[in-house]
Amino acid sequence: MSPADQAVPLEFTPVEDRLGVLANAEAQARERGYHRFPIVDVDAHHFELDSWERIAAHIEHPTVRRRAERMGGNRAFSLIPPILGDQLVAGRIKRRLSADEPLPGVLHELERFEREMRQLGVRYSFVFPTSILSLGLHPQQEVENAIAWAYARWLTEEVLPHSDVVRAMLYLPFGDPEASLRMVERFAGCRGVVGWMVTSLRHQPVHHNRYVPLYSAIEATGMPLAFHPLYSWQERALEPVDRFLGVHALGFPLSNMVHLTNLVVHGIPERFPGIRFVWMECGVAWIPYLMLRLDNEYLMRRSEAPSLERKPSETMRDFYYATQPLEWGDDLRYLEALFDLCRGATQFLWASDYPHWDFDLPSRIYDLPFLSEQEKRDILGSNALRIFPIEAAPGRT
Amino acid sequence: MEWRLGRPDEIPEGGRRLFRIGGEVVGVFRVRGRLVAYANRCPHQGGPVCQGEVLGRLEEIVDRDRSVVGERLSAEVLHLVCPWHGWEYELETGRCWGDPRFRLRAYPVEEREDGVYVTTGPGSEGDRG
Repeated sequence: MSPADQAVPLEFTPVEDRLGVLANAEAQARERGYHRFPIVDVDAHHFELDSWERIAAHIEHPTVRRRAERMGGNRAFSLIPPILGDQLVAGRIKRRLSADEPLPGVLHELERFEREMRQLGVRYSFVFPTSILSLGLHPQQEVENAIAWAYARWLTEEVLPHSDVVRAMLYLPFGDPEASLRMVERFAGCRGVVGWMVTSLRHQPVHHNRYVPLYSAIEATGMPLAFHPLYSWQERALEPVDRFLGVHALGFPLSNMVHLTNLVVHGIPERFPGIRFVWMECGVAWIPYLMLRLDNEYLMRRSEAPSLERKPSETMRDFYYATQPLEWGDDLRYLEALFDLCRGATQFLWASDYPHWDFDLPSRIYDLPFLSEQEKRDILGSNALRIFPIEAAPGRT
Repeated sequence: MEWRLGRPDEIPEGGRRLFRIGGEVVGVFRVRGRLVAYANRCPHQGGPVCQGEVLGRLEEIVDRDRSVVGERLSAEVLHLVCPWHGWEYELETGRCWGDPRFRLRAYPVEEREDGVYVTTGPGSEGDRG
C-alpha cells in the first residue's frame, strides 16, 4: 500500500463553525464563475430590530416616538405586530452568525450584509426588513406611518449612502394612501432607492380610488412597485392549519394573490401602464394557477371586469416575479413549461431571501438545464438591471 | 485516492469530525459502532450538511384506532440535518428522509489498526441514489 495522504482535521463546531455558514456558497460562486456577469438579488433581508434604537430616533410622530423610546421590555414588539411560528424547525436550520461576529449597528450590519453578498456571488442586493413586514397589520395607522417614515429616513440617511452595492425598495404605509404619497414624494431620488414596496400582509383594497394619486406618483417615478408577502397564523383562513409548513406554504401566496387579483380585475395595470409590478417571495408555481383560474372566471363573468382590454393572464405575463423559493419539482419538464408560460426568461428575477430560512442560492437558477446561458444571466441579474435604476441610483457617491 | 484521517479512537460512538481532503470537506461520523463518511455538501443546494444537527427521527405516535396521540424522537434512527434548509438524511445510510432519490455523497471509510482511511474519487456514491 502506498503511503496515504494525511487529511487535515478541522475543528468542529456545529453552529458557528469556523468554515463559515456560507463557505459552500462561496465555493459555488467560484465554481460557476459568477464574477463573469452581474447577479442582482432583488430580495434580501436584514434584521432591522438590531438597529431599532437608531430607527426609533427618526420617528417624528411625538407619541409614537415616546412609545418607541420609553416602553419597557422589548420596545419594538410593542409597536410591531408579532408573527407566530418556528421558522427554524426547532433548531434544525441554522442561519444566525456567531456571537463573535460584528456587533449590531448600522455600519457593522452593513459590512455583514455586504460580506454575505460577496459570499453568495451577488453584485447588487435590495435590502428588505424582517420584522416590519407585519406592520401592515397594526391597528393604529399613525404607527405604520411613523415607523415607515423613520425606517425610510434611517435607510436613506444612514445605510444606503454608505454602500456601492446595496439598494432598497422603500416600505410604503399602504394603509394610508396619502402618507404613502408623501413618502414617494419625499424619498424618490434618494441615493440607493430603486423602487417601492407594499407588504402584502394587510387587508386594504389596493384597487380603491383613493390609491389613484399614489399610483400616479409611483408611475411618475419610473420605479417598480413590489408586493412583499408574509403569512400570519392569525389569518382566519389559516386558523385550522396547525403546521408551520402549511401556514407558510399557503400564507405567502395567499397574501399576494388577494392583492394581485384586485389589481388585475380592476384594471390598475391598464390604467397605470408605466408601473412595473413585482411579486416577491412566493416561488413561481402559483402564477400559472392564478392565470388559468382568473382567465376562466373572467370569460364567464366578463361584465365584472368591463374595463379590461386583455385577459388577466395577459396582464400577469407583463408582471415581474421574484423566483425565491423556487419550487423543487420532481420533473423538470413542469418547471420548464411554467417558465415558458410566465415568460420567465424576461419576467423572472432571482432573489435569495437570505438570511431567511428558505433562501435560494444563485445556483437554483444557474443549474437549471433547460435555460440557456443568456437566460440564466438574464434571470440572475440582467432583467433586474433593465427594470430597476440600479446603476442610475448609486448609494455611495 | 486514499486518505488517513487519524486514529480510530479519535471518533468515538456518537462523535463526528470534519476533514479537509483535497478541495473537499468530509464529515466522518460513528454511528452504531460503524464509521460513515459524507461530503459536506447537501444534494439540495450544497449546504454544509455535515455541520448540521444530529438527532433522532421525529415520529408520530399513532394509536391502535389510528388516532395521533403524540410525537417522539427516535432512539433508533438518527438523522443528519442540513443547517441551510433542514433537509434530513439518515445518518447510517445517507438517504434523504423527504425524497429517497437523494443521498449524501458517501465515501468508503475503513478502520485499520493504524488509522481511519477514507477513499475519494471514482467509486464514491453520488448525490442521487
